[in-house]
This record gives sequence, structure tokens and C-alpha cells, in this order.
Amino acid sequence: MKSVQSSRRIMTGNEAVATGVKLSRVKVIAAYPITPQTTIAEKIAEMVANGELDSKFIEVESEHSAMSMITASEITGVRSYTASSSHGILYMHEALHWAAGMRLPLVMSVVNRALGPPWNIWGEQTDTFNQRDTGWLQMYCESNQEALDSIMLGYKIGENKKVLLPVMNMLDAFTLSHTSEPVEVRDLKTAADYLGDLDLDFKIDFKNPIGYGSLISPDGPYMEMKKDMRDSMYNAVGIIKNEISNFNDQFDAELPGLTENFMMEDADYALITAGAISSTAKYTVRKLRKRGQKVGLIRLYFYRPFPGEEILKAVKGLKGLGVVERNLSYGQRGPTFEDVVSSLYGRVDVPVRNYVVGLGGRDIRVTDYELMFENLIEGNNDMEWVNVGVK
Amino acid sequence: MPLTIPKEEYVNQGHTACAGCGAALAMRYVLKGMGPKTAVAIPASCWAIIPGEYPYTALKVPLLYTTFASTGAAISGLREGLNAQGKEDYNVLAFAGDGGTADIGLQALSAAMERGHDVLFVMYDNEAYMNTGIQRSSSTPYGAWTTTTPVGLKRNFKKEKKKYVSDLMIAQNVPYVATASIGYPEDLERKVAIAKSIKGPKFIQILSPCPPGWYYNTADTIKVSRLAVESKVFPLYEFKSGKFTLFKPSKTTSIADYLSLQGRFKHLNDEEIKSIEEAVEERWKLLLKKEQN
Repeated sequence: MKSVQSSRRIMTGNEAVATGVKLSRVKVIAAYPITPQTTIAEKIAEMVANGELDSKFIEVESEHSAMSMITASEITGVRSYTASSSHGILYMHEALHWAAGMRLPLVMSVVNRALGPPWNIWGEQTDTFNQRDTGWLQMYCESNQEALDSIMLGYKIGENKKVLLPVMNMLDAFTLSHTSEPVEVRDLKTAADYLGDLDLDFKIDFKNPIGYGSLISPDGPYMEMKKDMRDSMYNAVGIIKNEISNFNDQFDAELPGLTENFMMEDADYALITAGAISSTAKYTVRKLRKRGQKVGLIRLYFYRPFPGEEILKAVKGLKGLGVVERNLSYGQRGPTFEDVVSSLYGRVDVPVRNYVVGLGGRDIRVTDYELMFENLIEGNNDMEWVNVGVK
Repeated sequence: MPLTIPKEEYVNQGHTACAGCGAALAMRYVLKGMGPKTAVAIPASCWAIIPGEYPYTALKVPLLYTTFASTGAAISGLREGLNAQGKEDYNVLAFAGDGGTADIGLQALSAAMERGHDVLFVMYDNEAYMNTGIQRSSSTPYGAWTTTTPVGLKRNFKKEKKKYVSDLMIAQNVPYVATASIGYPEDLERKVAIAKSIKGPKFIQILSPCPPGWYYNTADTIKVSRLAVESKVFPLYEFKSGKFTLFKPSKTTSIADYLSLQGRFKHLNDEEIKSIEEAVEERWKLLLKKEQN
């Protein structure tokens, strides 16, 4: 453990994100305002205006343009960034595929928010679960500290030449974005040494002009390129583990692995969560443990690449597993449930249930988690929706 | 008149444009003017295909392919990325078709111009979605047949007038706006040179006739280009530092001569041709008035 200079400050999740951007010495930032992302853009604009951050901040006219713009700035060879939420993420969907297909290690923060109609500005993760197949790594933060650290970690992992994929960093609307917590602000010099400068092998080069994104016919290497992207995403698992370990060592930080296992050692029943709702789940686990119930929690820090092996290891010996989903898919179970079940299928015999919670900012209470554990333990009803309907 | 067109070529032979392609000439002339220190962004369009298949490129400058709607955003990003590395002296160029400029790309274009990045946006105007097979765009002129305005018994040719993006750019007070023609290469080259010399956003709309889309003989591209200007159908103008200048061709031609060369107008009756003549004359008068103001 190294001794590093740092300072502890009280800040909102959005300020923590902006601070992470500053520590990453990002050169081009494009952002379009949307609640609850707005204060990230405001804070960064303020940092640039105060000369705290030597960066070009561009007020774009849409999220589609924000993503397209930082894709272009990144390909000139400078670290680039944007942040958005909800409809903004949906609007840039095409550009997300483009950025990943160009193999550009961008980082984007997403303050997870529900989708209209009806209009709703509160927390829910459907916006980013919808982007599951875009070729971006996905990280879901539980605290403001993680929100800050994940920006630097995101660049570090994405820029690894064996990965070269963009990274999405998620934090929950209001619960993290607008709520203040103590955060360890990492030392600027240590951060600069840790991250270095962006070094792309393929960037705009006037001496060696090439086409970026040229047409490829069915017999060309299109399919090979897509395979390489998928292989890189799978291979990122090992790189993520190493980089988290490096990060914790460099900054005396406490980031978990791809997943965090909470009181899982001798657990009979467990839930899987992602994001800030995990804190309430942990509280509930502790409470039930005090009553002698052998329960635990698996928190997904990374959702893409999907930590299937980590989950498999953690759930061996469980009598029941509940996947808590703060997002919605229609006509099939939730995406996390599908991923968990496909990771376990034929390899371990654990009954898995799916719970839909917290859509549109609906509260997820300790009693809700107690209900989920109760349902898991009884294993005899079809409860899927939590804290819904009769209140 | 001395030849003022730079000899250097930045479009290699072996590209995949159709015979007689006006857009290929437009790129050739624009790059001659811009030179090797230029990065180009190209959205979905004929020019996304013309440079050829991976790993080849017909261009001797870096080329970033972009999504259809995002050309204006892409050139903004290229510009600011290069500036962040002290490369202010490199040029950033957008080369988009009329669909990618007048329709799906208009928002990103307008925003890029408003933010004032040092970029040149070239709209190569072939007056329809040619790469997907001649579908109507907002830049398609009144009277034209396209595959989505087919002429059957109902005479369903395009009934709406052409949207002039260059006019919109003037309304937005873009520092330099011009229309140009591949039939007047010296004039086109002069305009590119002016654009290059101005720091800030620039916009040039180049009429780029398309033999398969306009239904004329591939050998007639220059003839059609010149007739478009001589008949005043496609006026050449410049807007620089708030001053508007209209080019008055020394030789004029009838609109009927311009229309009759092209199969896309062959269905038009005398009355319809007359209405085009009136509209062209009306627009010309407006432009003259604009010049006097």
C-alpha cells in the first residue's frame, strides 16, 4: 500500500464524476444538458472556465452530436468525454455503435434515468441496459467514490491495447447524482502518472492517410472485425481484474472486482443487484444475518463484459438466487436474469428468480428486500414485481 | 484566362464513381484547393462508397466516415481534437450530399456553423438521394422525377420547390457562403481558396450533376453544369463578411434547354415548364435585390 496525497471532500455524485474527468485530464468534452446529468456538464464547464481543467468544452445541440463529436476528436488522438441520461442515451444509440466499431476508448458517464412516456426524470436503468449490445463496457457505481474512481479506471481499461473499447460509467439518478457523500479526491500528479496520455495506434495521420470506417463487403474482414471486438470484450475480464488491483494499490482505493460478494461465504440465499440500490440490499442482508438467516448479496460492478464466471463461483451451494432488475424488457425476463441464467445453465443447479424493482424512481425499501428474500426462501410463488400496485 | 487550378491531385485513379459523376469532380477540385493538410469527414452518401473498399482509399488525405446525421458534429470534433494538439493549421472539411446536408444532417450542420468552428462544409448537391437510388430530397427541384416521386398517370413528380441550404447559411450569417459549379472550375477553386483563408465556419454548395439520377448522357456533365448556371436555374453567388455578390453569366440559355437535356424532366408539359421559368426568374430578381441591399 502506497502513501499518496489525497483529500477527503463532501460532494455529489455528479461533482465526483466531474472531478474524475479532471483527474483524467480529458482534452475534449461535448455535452448536451438533460436532467439529472446536467450538473456534470455545468461542473466541467466551470472547471474549464476557472482554468482548473485544460480542455475544450463544447456545448453541442444534441446527444447524437455529442457522441459523434467526441468520436471524431478522439480519433485525432486526444482523450474525449461526454455524459448523458435517459432519452439522451437512446438518441445517441447509433453513435454508440459507431464509437465502439471505431475501437475508440471513450468514457461516458450515464446518470441512469427512466424513459418516457410518461415523462419521468427519476432513477431506473433501462436507458443503459438498452445499450447492452453496442460494444461498450458497462460499469454500475454504488457510491460517489466509485463514480469518481471509475472514470480514471474506465480510461485505463478502455485504452489498454488489448481492449480498445469505449466505457460507460453509470450512477443512479439523484440517489447518487444529487446526493452528497464524503469522497477521497485522488492526487492529480498520481492520477497523471497512472493514466498517462492517450496513445492510439490508429489516429488521424496526415503523413499516412487512411479511411476510418471504409466499406467492407461480405467477403471482406467485416465479420473478423466484429469477432475481434467480441473477443476483446471477453478478454477484458482479465485486464479489468488486473487494473482494479493496480488502481487500488496506486490510490489506496477499495474498488471491488467485476462483482462484489457481500456476506456470500456461507449464504444459502442471495440477491444480485447493480448500482446504488445495492446499499439498501446490503443493509437488509446485515439485518437478516443478525436474525440468523444465511443470506448474501452479489453486486454487479461490471455488467459488460458480463461476469458470468464470478457469479458461477459465488452461487455454488446456494438454495436460491434472486436477480433484482431495475430495468424492464418486454415479452421476456430481464436482461440480467437472462445473462445470469445462461452463465449458470448446465453448470450449477440453483433456482433463479427475477424481481423487477424501482422503475421510474419508485422507492426500494428494506421491507422490499425482506420480501424478496422471503419469496426466495419459500420458493413457492410467482412474485416478479416488487413494491407495485397496492401500496 | 490563365489556368488557376492546382496541378496536384488528391483523388487517386481507381475510385468507384459512375462515369460522368459530378460529385467526383467536385471532390477533386475541392481537395486541389484544400491541399494535403486536410482531414475529410464523409457521411453516408455516394462519397462513402466512391473512395473504395477497405483497406483502400482513393483519397490522399485522412478520411473519417460518419453516420448520416452527424457530419457537422464530426468536423467539429476533428477540429477541436486537432486544435487540442496545436494543429490549428490543418484544414477540416466536410463533404456531404444534399440528403446529408439539407435533410438528416441539417441540425448538426447548423449547430457546427453556429458554434463557429474553423471548418469548411461542402454540400455536393446532386439533388436527390443518389446512393440509395434516386429518392427525393428537400434539395430536389420542382418538376423532377425520382423513384419516390414517380411519374405515372397521376403525374406525381416533385411538386415542392428546392430548399436552398446556402440561403439558410446566409440567414444564419455564416462568415463565408458560396454556391459553385464543377462547370466553372476556376470560380470553384477561387471560392475554395477564399474559404481556406477565412478562420471560422464556411459553407459551399456545389451543384454536382448525376448522369444516372438525372438521366443524361455521361459525356454531358459539364454541359449540364454550365446550362444550370447560364439558365439561372442554379445561380452562383457569394456571401462574405455580410456582402452578397451574384455572378451574372455572360452567356445565357433558356431553361427549356437545360431541362430538355435531362430525362428526369421529360414528362413536364409547357405549362409546368413555364411555372419553372417564372420561379427561376422570381428567385433571380430576389437575389439581385439582395445584392443591391
